[in-house]
Amino acid sequence: MDFLYARSWDEALAAKAERPDAVPISGGTDLMVDLNFDRRRPDALLDLNGVEEFTRWERVNGHVRIGAAVPFTRIINEIGSLVPGLAIASRTVGSPQIRNRGTLGGNLATASPAGDALPPLMVADATVEVGSVRGERTVPVREFFTGPKRSVLEPDELIRAVLVPVADGPQQFAKVGTRNAMVISVCSFALALHPARRTVAGCIGSAGPTVLPTPDAEQYLEAELADRRLWDSRAELDEAVATRFGELAGAHARPIDDVRGTADYRRHAVAVLARRTLQWTWTEYRRAQR
Amino acid sequence: MTGRPTSSHITLRVNGAARQLDVDNRTTLLDALREHLGLAGAKKGCDHGQCGACTVLLDGRRANACLLFAVAVQHVAITTIEGLADNGTLHPMQHAFVEFDGFQCGYCTPGQICSSVAMLDEVAAGWPSAVTGDVAATEIVLDAAEIRERMSGNICRCGAYLNIVAAIQEVAP
Repeated sequence: MDFLYARSWDEALAAKAERPDAVPISGGTDLMVDLNFDRRRPDALLDLNGVEEFTRWERVNGHVRIGAAVPFTRIINEIGSLVPGLAIASRTVGSPQIRNRGTLGGNLATASPAGDALPPLMVADATVEVGSVRGERTVPVREFFTGPKRSVLEPDELIRAVLVPVADGPQQFAKVGTRNAMVISVCSFALALHPARRTVAGCIGSAGPTVLPTPDAEQYLEAELADRRLWDSRAELDEAVATRFGELAGAHARPIDDVRGTADYRRHAVAVLARRTLQWTWTEYRRAQR
Repeated sequence: MTGRPTSSHITLRVNGAARQLDVDNRTTLLDALREHLGLAGAKKGCDHGQCGACTVLLDGRRANACLLFAVAVQHVAITTIEGLADNGTLHPMQHAFVEFDGFQCGYCTPGQICSSVAMLDEVAAGWPSAVTGDVAATEIVLDAAEIRERMSGNICRCGAYLNIVAAIQEVAP
């Protein structure tokens, strides 16, 4: 196995262009499991740990631009108040040891529907900066995934950073697992309220081939909030509305039966998580300064 | 960018000393420590980041040595359980684990101790956990629930958790 390493973005792109078969490695928390168990034998690895810019984040025009290799620990501790949904989800990733190493870029590139950071990125309308020697482009997270462990990334492309809008309203994330730490989620749900545009966004994790948006549930809730003038009154949300929102969100799940849970259980659990995250975010919205 | 053959001559900074070794590129840090450097303190439990028995410190931060390539960690200071004692005097956390019987078979203990030492630094730095009620609070009350959550990356199959929590509480400020 060849071990390539890069010390800059340009070096990394040149290496990837020359060896598109090289598997990029940063935190290694997912890839190393496959290698240790001999499930994968890449001919070459491209070590990105020497690329300093990947480990930086900055505020840019109402967004946080998070370098591809900023570990979850730093997302929680350094930018949690700017991107709360992402921070809440980051706190549930793996264990403290895993969170010290695991990165947002890895979550995106791995493209597992169970990637905990992915639903909050989708509901926050994040975009991914990718590049190759051919040039750079940005891809909305909503358009990034094409199937289980598949994305729009070309063989010569690398992820440079993720642009996440600073939260404009309450955000939440919840997941189901057998214990609090070190579990791949059975299913998860992220929700963001966008009070300025009077919209909401939901996203299901780990209950379909990719993370899945929930447009029917969103349209229903937006109509209810508008008809009942709840954005302005900040009145209590009818329990029946939250329950219906959960059901509609659950109907968007496309789960399978597997060792972690049955499809029926996942559909039900997604509905529960959607209802709960709505109640949490709405409570927070009601408490916020008018 | 440099392409290299399938093995490498590398230098690891372990417990304050620069150690040179030749490794196959596929060698994990855990195997390099145990098989090449004779540091058998870090244990191989699951070999996929679940159990925490291989926990070592990279620049003071805890990480699973089984999920790291040796060739990729030449730029950081590595601390293993063998590096915690100071000239034969046990680290306070090692001493507390002995005092409070924080183990039974002892296999997970090096990982538990490395992890807990770094965990107290995280708390001192004000890092919240998933059970911290007020994430904006400047001071974290390190009660048993906080310790259990923060140590959730280290599994003890003997179930010595009760005494592990007590040992950590003894050392916590």
